[in-house]
Amino acid sequence: MPSAARHPVRFGVVVFPGSNCDTDAHHAIGTFPGATARYLWHKDTDLGGVDAVILPGGFSYGDYLRCGAIARFSPIMQAVRDFAEGGGLVIGICNGFQTLVESGLLPGGLLRNMGLKFVCRYVNLRVENADTPFTSSCREGDLLRIIVKHNEGNYAVDAETLERMKANGQIVLCYADARGELTAAANPNGAVESIAGICNETFNVFGMMPHPENSVEAHMAGGSDGRKIFQSMIDAVMQRAEVPA
Amino acid sequence: MNVRVYITPKQGILDPQGATVERALPNLGFEGVSGVRIGKFIEFKLDPPAGTTAAQAEAEVDEMCRKLLANPIIEDFTFAIDEG
Repeated sequence: MPSAARHPVRFGVVVFPGSNCDTDAHHAIGTFPGATARYLWHKDTDLGGVDAVILPGGFSYGDYLRCGAIARFSPIMQAVRDFAEGGGLVIGICNGFQTLVESGLLPGGLLRNMGLKFVCRYVNLRVENADTPFTSSCREGDLLRIIVKHNEGNYAVDAETLERMKANGQIVLCYADARGELTAAANPNGAVESIAGICNETFNVFGMMPHPENSVEAHMAGGSDGRKIFQSMIDAVMQRAEVPA
Repeated sequence: MNVRVYITPKQGILDPQGATVERALPNLGFEGVSGVRIGKFIEFKLDPPAGTTAAQAEAEVDEMCRKLLANPIIEDFTFAIDEG
């Protein structure tokens, strides 16, 4: 049965104890006329009918044991897992990305930064794949200027999985210099092949270390390149709504 | 029984902390050190139901390590179980 295109697109922002970018993510979504955001508490067991889920940055459960390791077992994550397995759009930002790899919803792992320091700086992200629900507002090769702020963002994955991810186009964003080259100096954390953001095999789950929610307003110092990520998600949900089920 | 779990960065993954310590030791006159890996140590008591065999206890601890205590994608682990 065809379902009517629905406005606005409803985002759910998961709040774990220790999340600290949840409010920023909620605010960022609020800057889009076509979208609304609500919070989802970590003890909730359903997503309240949202169209897309954001796992925000922060220090969920104090980063005890490993970043994201405890968040993975919270009641809301079972609902997020079911939602993702049903094709729902899930973006994990920073600690949210760490939670997604710990959950096994994304491949690989995130290690301590190679320089052993917390890194807080703007980076250039080269769009490696613009044919995803998270980057469709970009063109391949575009550079997005977005901030990173993390201590464990050093993406690692075994060689075999990495080759498969590359062949599938699952490497979505890489750290680049101002000319778009993937240099060691432009890589803030030592991530393998300068990887900053990846998708799962079905391209509905996405994790990225940088914070697009902090770059959504042109009048702010950080610019508004982060809008492209959320606009892509909004467009993807709208397109799905227009396609007869 | 007493359980001790040792967790280290997976072989093949660079361990910048270990490398830094490895470079520091010779500066203090300690020669011949190599292969420094810095990880975690977790200890706990396990009180399994009566009749649990040593093999069953080992299997249980192994599962704990795989599911929570370590992340096998990025970490190696070993453990030792002592009676008492």
